[in-house]
Amino acid sequence: MRLSASKLTVERGGRHVFSDVSFALDDGESLTVTGPNGAGKSTLLRVLAGFLPLASGTHSLTPQSGETLAEQTHYVGHADALKNLLTVTENLEFLGRLLDAGHGGMAVGAALAAFGLSHVAGLPAAYLSAGQRRRVGLARLLVVKRPVWLLDEPLTALDAASQALMTHIMTAHLAQGGMIVAATHVQLGLAGQELRLGTGP
Amino acid sequence: MKNAQGVPAKSTDKSPLFALFMRDLRASQRIGGGTSLGVVFFLILVTLSAFAIGPDLALLGKIAPAILWISGLLATLLGLDRLFQADHEDGSLDLLLTSRTPLELIVLVKCLAHWLVTGLPLAAAAPIFGLMLNLPANQLWNVTLSLLAGTPALTLIGAIGAALTVSLRRGGLLLAILILPLCVPVLIFGVAAASTGPGSLVPFATPFLILCALTLIAIAGAPFAAAFALRQTGI
Repeated sequence: MRLSASKLTVERGGRHVFSDVSFALDDGESLTVTGPNGAGKSTLLRVLAGFLPLASGTHSLTPQSGETLAEQTHYVGHADALKNLLTVTENLEFLGRLLDAGHGGMAVGAALAAFGLSHVAGLPAAYLSAGQRRRVGLARLLVVKRPVWLLDEPLTALDAASQALMTHIMTAHLAQGGMIVAATHVQLGLAGQELRLGTGP
Repeated sequence: MKNAQGVPAKSTDKSPLFALFMRDLRASQRIGGGTSLGVVFFLILVTLSAFAIGPDLALLGKIAPAILWISGLLATLLGLDRLFQADHEDGSLDLLLTSRTPLELIVLVKCLAHWLVTGLPLAAAAPIFGLMLNLPANQLWNVTLSLLAGTPALTLIGAIGAALTVSLRRGGLLLAILILPLCVPVLIFGVAAASTGPGSLVPFATPFLILCALTLIAIAGAPFAAAFALRQTGI
């Protein structure tokens, strides 16, 4: 598969965010998006996920498979998409069923174990710390198998051990032929392309 | 549905829509008295109207259907602003958008779950509150049936407003202003159906069938309008 974007230009609320952003990713490649605050890193990810309209430019995932880019994409934003009142397991089971259409993926218990969260599986999400919430949010990446990962600051709130673990999981995803576009301020430990936004006028 | 292609038949408890339905029901149960709060609010509105109108039993019995319907309308609105807002705030709305299930069906299922914990208890409680308002016994069923048929339309019309105000912090008032005018036809035919009795000029079925038609129109149209509004949110 190939994820390509050419000459993406985005305006939000009449404000120009970025223009002429182009890149292409093949199986197993990653793109790290960097840049100062407000440069449009999150906006770029939301555009790729299909949440925001483009002023001009195109992006596509080839070969076409009858599913839109959004449907083959994991979007992990600043919010973790967890319901406070439901337990960690219930949250992940729901997200698994919502996003999965039989493409396979890990069982919820196994994904939690991979992120070292087995001991909080039965707790309501409200009781988790910020780092634990983040890890539960990321565990969704393993529960549902999708080729393209759009990660917005994936290492935020994670401790050093969890950061290393996440790097390991991202590397494994790339080794299986997946693609990652990640917006970040810190080193993700991924070899791959880098796109720097906000260097223009 | 889209996810039927090439995938072995799944049991219903694995279907995305059923999972969403159960999640919404569970979340509203655990929020603490989600169901009973709406009914208590309904009871308070009915009681306040009775106090405001005074001890004229004949008058009270005459306008009881209108009181029950207006109270039911306001109680349905209660909490409707959180229908999509809660999902928007915790980020799950983004995931609903990247699901392979059509957003229109997602909206419909969320409305169904919301109606089951707000509209249905109201209709069930209406005969008891009708007695409080001196509603003639032979009209109790009319009120219940009309609320049962009409409140789904209110929830669905409200969903359009909820989708439009999803990104606003204090969207509740704007939601009410946006959708209350749209609820006028439902209110007119709902009260008309509820007011019919043995001696009335119009039979119960006439306004009741129009009310059912309004609900069916809302089921067919509102999910598309609300899904369209949600797709424009994109913040």
